[in-house]
Amino acid sequence: MSLHTPHDVLVIGGGNAALCAAIAARRKGASVLVLEAAPKFYRGGNTRHTRNMRCAHDAATETLSGPYTEEEFWDDLLRVTGGQTDEELARMMIHQSKDMLHWIVQQGVRFQPSLGGTLSLGRTNSFFLGGGRSMLNALYITAAALGVEVVYDAEVVDLDIDDGFFQAASVRHGGQVHRVEARALVAASGGFEANIPWMKEAWGEAAENFLVRGTPYNKGTVLRALLDKGVQPIGDPSQSHAVAIDARAPKFDGGIITRLDCVVFGIVVNKFAERFYDEGEDIWPKRYAIWGRLVAQQPDQIGYIIFDAPSLRMFMPSLYPAIGAPTIRDLAGKLGLDPDTLERTLGDFNAAVRPGTFDHTVLDDCRTEGLHPPKTHWARKIETAPYYAYPVRPGITFTYLGTRVDRDARMQMASGKKAANMFAAGEIMAGNVLGRGYAAGMGMTIGSVFGRIAGEGAAANVSN
Amino acid sequence: MYRTEALTEADRLMTVCNSCRYCEGLCAVFPAMELRRSFDEGDLNYLANLCHSCGACYYDCQFSPPHAFAVNMPVALAAVRADSYAAYAWPGALRGLFARNGLAVAVLAALSVAGFLFALGGKPAAGGFYGVMAHNTMAWLFGAVFVYALVALWMGVRALWRDSNRLIPVTANPAALWQAVKDAASLRYLDGGGVGCYNEGDQPRDRRAHSHHATAYGFALCFAATSVATLYHYLLGREAPYLWYDLPVLLGTAGGIGLVVGPIGLLVAKFRRDPAVADPARLGMDVGFTAMLLATAVTGLGLLVWRGTGAMPALLAVHLGVVFSLFLTMPYGKFVHGIYRFVALVRYARERQMLEAGEIEG
Repeated sequence: MSLHTPHDVLVIGGGNAALCAAIAARRKGASVLVLEAAPKFYRGGNTRHTRNMRCAHDAATETLSGPYTEEEFWDDLLRVTGGQTDEELARMMIHQSKDMLHWIVQQGVRFQPSLGGTLSLGRTNSFFLGGGRSMLNALYITAAALGVEVVYDAEVVDLDIDDGFFQAASVRHGGQVHRVEARALVAASGGFEANIPWMKEAWGEAAENFLVRGTPYNKGTVLRALLDKGVQPIGDPSQSHAVAIDARAPKFDGGIITRLDCVVFGIVVNKFAERFYDEGEDIWPKRYAIWGRLVAQQPDQIGYIIFDAPSLRMFMPSLYPAIGAPTIRDLAGKLGLDPDTLERTLGDFNAAVRPGTFDHTVLDDCRTEGLHPPKTHWARKIETAPYYAYPVRPGITFTYLGTRVDRDARMQMASGKKAANMFAAGEIMAGNVLGRGYAAGMGMTIGSVFGRIAGEGAAANVSN
Repeated sequence: MYRTEALTEADRLMTVCNSCRYCEGLCAVFPAMELRRSFDEGDLNYLANLCHSCGACYYDCQFSPPHAFAVNMPVALAAVRADSYAAYAWPGALRGLFARNGLAVAVLAALSVAGFLFALGGKPAAGGFYGVMAHNTMAWLFGAVFVYALVALWMGVRALWRDSNRLIPVTANPAALWQAVKDAASLRYLDGGGVGCYNEGDQPRDRRAHSHHATAYGFALCFAATSVATLYHYLLGREAPYLWYDLPVLLGTAGGIGLVVGPIGLLVAKFRRDPAVADPARLGMDVGFTAMLLATAVTGLGLLVWRGTGAMPALLAVHLGVVFSLFLTMPYGKFVHGIYRFVALVRYARERQMLEAGEIEG
């Protein structure tokens, strides 16, 4: 069986980065084994839930509405990370992203024009036809045709690393732990967002109330083993990308359909029925990305978006229906909030709203005056029954802690040396490029570009 | 509240899929869904008939079983689609024929064949086809059953159109009709958005489109053969049987071959279908109709081969019996899928026109 046959390259992980690495290594002549911790259906980690990748291009294509230069990509990256990026790596990745647009299509992935509701990304981002799982399916079909071996339900529980030299992985599969040897390693096993005990190291008991947007298999076991065995860490270990998602979502894998982007249309209160942050601070996607953290900082990590009838149809639908009631008091009752406080919060808000011209697509002039915290844009009185609410909790998308790599995707050791035969790609090393923040499609760019580099590098390492 | 569990499940999935929309490039169903925030039975029946059951959305979906959201659109829509055939059947009293459709079709076919055999099977072969059954009798009998099928189908079409016209009222126009003709003729939406279609599992290697083309165009050629022969008879006074190189025989032979190869391909695909996306409850209906087409072709080709022998009257009786029951059961079996899907394609084409013209909102 595959686990006991020696392979040139061992790829740990089963998402975009892992498959790009596996395919690239196989195309360079290496024998490749892919170990995916999840069962086949859940293969691919966060890639399952993605839908596009951001690649630079000099001209419009069939599926992209206009050019997106390397310089503009770099500006966007600089903006979302606030400068927390390795410029050399980032610029190299952005340059290579241009060719990735073609390479990934050669691996069977198909693109389509941008989706309804995401037209603002139609110029910069290439959307996968059928979404991330479809993209993954294409990569797996290509990998299989090339002779890449894949084992599912194969969780790597430990690594045998000798002074930066990978010897073997301990793999739990079929009720046994196997020693799997290979001449080079590509770690593409994601972050630790599904590892609640690990999340607690930074967040304490609050992490118990976090929801995980992806599969329960992103436990970061390989990341921890690598760091424990001398690989140099990068990225803030306490940070994760969190958005506010519907509190009724399942603990894991609720994906895109539990997201809510209606904060601008109302107010957000905590369990004491009080506002806690300016709901009109910024425009999508930045506001989308801050509310997870804001709710995580509230008692019991719960919030409620409150709005009224005229707003109900103004945003993308989501899985769970809004909770509705004919009066604010009734709504408070349904949400388990104190009716008097909610009425007072809403009354204070309504009294502070100044007249303006509402336009949720720009930073408009609808704001409050004399209210703390203020709502600086899109403030409209909430006064038309029925009233609605969505309960929200922090939804963790990915973590920033990772392994430091060089431009060959080769891991760097804490000692300052380069790892002899260990490479990393995807979320596990995303922190090199994306120290904080996020912009749509960047995770897939990091995965594909560094996956390909890591795969080719590992294959070259073996043939030397 | 919906009338059936199938509709309730389809409605649930529309909410899931409308908040995801990753599949909108795969086919027409998802873009059509996006034009709606709420659905009634007519909308769901329209969307169900728009679905070609290519299976791509099932394998592409991150929420398909075993995920707790249990999204399986091909199976949910197959159930709604089959129920819609019964719901719009005319006259309503015959709806029950859809309940155990395979059996119903088989019994009707057997009765029809037996009737024709009883009436014609013993006639002498010497008098040719029309010695077995007078041409006028044949023309009237089959003309009548054909017209009946047309009327019944038309009533069903009308009911489907009206029922799906409540939330987004549209009026068909020639451009929409022509678009639907092109989409239907090419089976545009039976290709998983260009990747290919799924049937036996998670590899897009399905050949159903080829089998379906052979079947549908085979059927059309057979119909053309009969039509040309009828024109020969009445306009030119040329009576059957025709020589092997004459147009009705050429058309009928080509069509007959398509109608043998195609249905066999479809039946094989049906039995090899991945159980995850199969709809066993409707197997009888699907197989019943496909088998009828196959029987039409086989008995027709058999008649062509042995028309010069003493077996001709019996072979003719069997062929006529099969064709008669094929027409009779058309409005009450799988045949309606083609008609209703065409109607759905017309509506879809019209809705896209209106969306582009800004007459409805996306």
